[in-house]
Amino acid sequence: MSADNKRTEPLWIQRSLIGLAFLYLGLVLFVPVASIFAGAFRKGAAFYFQSFLNPDAKSAICLTLVTALVAVPLNLIFGIAASWAIAKFDFRGKNILLTLIDLPLSVSPVISGMIFILLFGAQGIFGPWLVTHGLKIVFAPPAIILSTIFVTFPFVARELIPVMKSQGTEEEEAAITLGASGFQAFWRVTLPNIKWGLLYGVILCNARAMGEFGAVSVVSGHIRGYTNTLPLYVEILYNEYNFAAAFAAASLLVFLALVTLGAKQIVEARVQKETQ
Amino acid sequence: MSIEIKNVTKIFGSFKALKDVNVKVETGELVALLGPSGSGKTTLLRIIAGLETADGGEVFFHGEDAQKKNTKDRAVGFVFQHYALFRHLTVFENIAFGLRVKPKNIRPSNDQIQKRVHELLKLVQLDWVANRFPSQLSGGQRQRIALARALAVEPKVLLLDEPFGSLDAKVRKDLRQWLRRFHDELGITSIFVTHDQEEALEVADRIVVMNEGKIEQIGTPEDVYHRPANAFVLNFLGNVNLFHSRIEDGKVKVGNFVFPVSGKTPNDGKATFYVRPHQFDLSRFRKGVHSFSARVVHLNPAGATVKIDLLSEWGESVQAEISQEEYQKINLKRNEEIFVTPKEIRLQSGSGSDFEKIGYVEEGGGI
Repeated sequence: MSADNKRTEPLWIQRSLIGLAFLYLGLVLFVPVASIFAGAFRKGAAFYFQSFLNPDAKSAICLTLVTALVAVPLNLIFGIAASWAIAKFDFRGKNILLTLIDLPLSVSPVISGMIFILLFGAQGIFGPWLVTHGLKIVFAPPAIILSTIFVTFPFVARELIPVMKSQGTEEEEAAITLGASGFQAFWRVTLPNIKWGLLYGVILCNARAMGEFGAVSVVSGHIRGYTNTLPLYVEILYNEYNFAAAFAAASLLVFLALVTLGAKQIVEARVQKETQ
Repeated sequence: MSIEIKNVTKIFGSFKALKDVNVKVETGELVALLGPSGSGKTTLLRIIAGLETADGGEVFFHGEDAQKKNTKDRAVGFVFQHYALFRHLTVFENIAFGLRVKPKNIRPSNDQIQKRVHELLKLVQLDWVANRFPSQLSGGQRQRIALARALAVEPKVLLLDEPFGSLDAKVRKDLRQWLRRFHDELGITSIFVTHDQEEALEVADRIVVMNEGKIEQIGTPEDVYHRPANAFVLNFLGNVNLFHSRIEDGKVKVGNFVFPVSGKTPNDGKATFYVRPHQFDLSRFRKGVHSFSARVVHLNPAGATVKIDLLSEWGESVQAEISQEEYQKINLKRNEEIFVTPKEIRLQSGSGSDFEKIGYVEEGGGI
């Protein structure tokens, strides 16, 4: 922190507290992460890179990317629309909408998956109709994408609502009195003001979309090369005692986490710089 | 462009913000909407701009129904209390905004925008801040940029919401004189909202005094100050001493003191009378039947006038204000007994807010 902070604790207390914090973090964070990489490279770098060329691994990576590519933009649009409505306007049912946005955060992911089984499964509400029309949702990529969208939809909206609320509506009103249309006011005034919050929300949303296990596990059916995402693929490999390959796949998710953390750091630093 | 507001009503939930308001603003006028907070003045301004919709009544711009038009088509310039400058844009781009959002077929070219923005920056005497961001400007500078931005689209009406509300006293004074000169140069119909009576009296051609969603009085600064329509206006525009009294046998009684009333005799009953602090004559001699004696409690000679706290003979505190010359002449000290003679009083009997009787006292004469 800044140099003008008054130091009231003796040096040894400061040092040992900081040391304790690092020790704790090392035990619960650094050691597990390091062990993943150790496990991944146990059979050498050649095996590590080889394990991604496996068709099942390729398919899992592909499905994870496709899922994120669909879920994140959709939640981006939804999140902006919802937070714009909630932060800038007053309407009936606003609190209900706010509660609904929080719903996926408050229910267990397994239940989020179950919802789609109950809706689109063979015994589900739309099941018979889907069967007669030859459409497959559950135990197929559509259900994986749907449940991921469901689980990740609060992230962008939750990030934007406080940002938009704190900025009020005066700048938009000013834009409109200057002759801007509603869309111009949004595009030229609202969006530039929320860009960092938006990016932050997208980063979190993306991390969850790629890492989601529970909900996806319920609807996937674990069909190799077809409905396995990376987290599910890791579990399958692990259960088959194929530890090196499991850790190799897991290391990809760790990379994603590290990239996310790095991006988050950069965004936060930029925000701090701009608000000063 | 003239603005006419007819029977406008606005309700927020169960709160009646405006109750049947009627105002007409002539072309080129500078009008102040003056009132305490919650009086509905900002709501009225926002209805004129179209930022709020009236629940009843009509708004006419030059005889045309303005409520059929969206805010963006009304050609009003709006200056917000907290400036509402676009924080992510430079001063230059803030002012250029209104020009850049115009439809393609009427949008000025880049060169024209450059020229126009620099003209406006010169007009508000801030040509040197074009490339700064709003956060790098002082409050007074931000306010002038907000004004330049509003003027960029050549509005027919300029609406200012508490334009000097968040500035410090010195900047405020400078800016309001500047606004007056500015208005005289441009001649654009302008309405500004303020809760500062001094500001309204100094700047406006006419003042609309508002209270609790109603208009109490519309008039020139001279009218509302010297000929207030009712007790609220009298109270709100400048300090005033208020005396609760009774009328008995055509005489005004305050405590054990009796003022004789000549001329029109008000009905017996409760009455309130008002005297402005500067409308007291202080002297060492009784000046007539309506002089009363009082003790000097506190003296404040710092300022253009001398403010004196008095305790009247019936035990009520009275504020008086006299010129420095007069103060020197009578040489007042604390705790001295002196004679106080009201030069002008306003009497209100009954429970209504309007003055039912106004008593004027001529120098040396009776009430």
